[in-house]
Amino acid sequence: MSDLAAPPAPATPLLAVRNLEVVYSDVILVLRGVSLTVPARSIVALLGANGAGKTTLLRAISGLLPIHRGRITKGRVEVDGEALGSETAPEIVKRGIAQVMEGRRLFTELTVEENLRVGGFTRATAPAREALERIYEMFPKLAERRRAISGYLSGGEQQMVAIGRALMSSPRLLLLDEPSLGLAPKIVDQVRAIVQDVYDHGTSVLLVEQNAAMALSVAHYGYVMEHGKVVRDGVTAELREDQDVRDSYLGGHVGGGARRSFREVKTYRRKKRWSA
Amino acid sequence: MTDFAQYLLAGLALGSVYSLICLAFVVVYRATGVVNFSQGGLVVFGAYATYQLIAWRVPFVLAVALAALVTAAVGMLIERLVLRRLVGQPVFASILITLGVLFVLEQLCTTLWGYNLRILGDPWGVRTLALAGVTIKVVDLWTIAASAAALIGFFLGFRYSRLGIAMRAAASDPEAALAHGVSPQMIQGIAWGMAGILAVVAGVFIASGSRGVDLTVSAVALRAFPAAILGGLDSTEGAVAGGLIVGLVEVMSAAYLTPNAPWLGSNVHVVIPYILMIAVMLVRPYGLFGTAEVRRA
Ligand SMILES: Nc1ncnc2c1ncn2[C@@H]1O[C@H](COP(=O)(O)OP(=O)(O)O)[C@@H](O)[C@H]1O
Ligand SMILES: [Mg+2]
Repeated sequence: MSDLAAPPAPATPLLAVRNLEVVYSDVILVLRGVSLTVPARSIVALLGANGAGKTTLLRAISGLLPIHRGRITKGRVEVDGEALGSETAPEIVKRGIAQVMEGRRLFTELTVEENLRVGGFTRATAPAREALERIYEMFPKLAERRRAISGYLSGGEQQMVAIGRALMSSPRLLLLDEPSLGLAPKIVDQVRAIVQDVYDHGTSVLLVEQNAAMALSVAHYGYVMEHGKVVRDGVTAELREDQDVRDSYLGGHVGGGARRSFREVKTYRRKKRWSA
Repeated sequence: MTDFAQYLLAGLALGSVYSLICLAFVVVYRATGVVNFSQGGLVVFGAYATYQLIAWRVPFVLAVALAALVTAAVGMLIERLVLRRLVGQPVFASILITLGVLFVLEQLCTTLWGYNLRILGDPWGVRTLALAGVTIKVVDLWTIAASAAALIGFFLGFRYSRLGIAMRAAASDPEAALAHGVSPQMIQGIAWGMAGILAVVAGVFIASGSRGVDLTVSAVALRAFPAAILGGLDSTEGAVAGGLIVGLVEVMSAAYLTPNAPWLGSNVHVVIPYILMIAVMLVRPYGLFGTAEVRRA
């Protein structure tokens, strides 16, 4: 690219994952060169079957790899264009990234309010208290149940607590790992509305889902991962119409039949595409 | 009857001290999964440190506060230098290591203060007070009151403070706590610091009155150990209940069992807590207040 004809520099993305390779226990290669960006003010969906490496990617971003004996062996994660080094999980929370882990992971013996207060642990008392009031405004249901032991709430309510807890640090980016997992369709709609609401309140979202229909209905851009690699990406309108994505993730396996591998579908179509 | 009232008071005083030590066991166990056999070393070190400060003419309350600070620092140092390297090691390794730390602490005390009994210099000494015909040791009253205050303080802290909630969260799900900025290393350090503070309060009251400080003060932690198991190693409420039960049982059995059943030997009160512990564990393996699912290596 010539210096003279340089295009206007694109805005620095909030999060950029560049060619990331992650290994567990020094031998198990799980991410094999993943690249992905989350622009500021956006919802990005990350789709993929079980075992594709989605959770591992989130761990690499949020600093949770070390406790799983995982390590980044190549590539990097950038926040605001600045590469993360050896930041610990608490430091990453302070950088404005919060995670809702797969399975919600509430502190089940603690009350709703205590769970939320842990989410604000990295903050001073006053901003933490303000954040708590804001969460209660956003989720009146949680205000109602603030003294309830969180383990006794319904699945949908627990997911609300988990999201509210992550929002307590007022993150600029929320990482959501399969928030619709195990929830009834009606509750999944609620979760979708919450994601939209979080975005409307100014927080970008990286939404990991196996429920592609839900994720693509709320996100602006999407990535599809398979076996530790990104195999497809595009704006969601395009992905929704994409025959490959439809075949592997949007129906096509109704009735419990085995989901076809995206790659299987894809090699065929790719050939067609190239020869077209 | 007046005898019984005296024994009751003595049992409650001993039980409160046990409760403090049990709470220290529980706090460290919940934060680290380690059963801290070096607790007795912290207790005897704390008692000596208090003695030393009083000998240097520091007023009693200030001496206890300073000793608490120093012993908390020693606890945190042990966590930092020894226990932190132990993450992921089998349980028996941590048991051996904390036993090793116990011997080091005891050796440190002998090096600094020798073998002779030192009189602590507390404000109560052997003073007694007659109440409705019952002679009461003043130090017992203070032991109960101060231990209760310390325990209530810790419980309020666990319940309402930012750090207390974070400690409970980390015990519930360490990874989720870490994801929200609660570093397990920090929690573990703080737990050991608390163990140090509790050790000093316990040590001071053991050594108060006519008892004095020598190395055998350390053994009280071993006597409190069955109380912690009895209550449930992961339960702070269990620590208090277990401590009080064992303290009372110990005093009562020394008072009533030994004279009436001499064939049991004169040390039956030392053995009874362990028998009680085994009996409870046969029925409730996780202790009276413990939870089955909290099992961490
Ligand atoms: N701690 C770990 N040690 C070794 N392998 C792991 C670990 N965690 C996950 N894996 C493996 O990494 C792959 C990707 O897992 P994961 O990131 O959880 O995928 P996803 O979230 O897409 O289901 C899987 O094959 C899984 O077995
Ligand atoms: Mg996953």
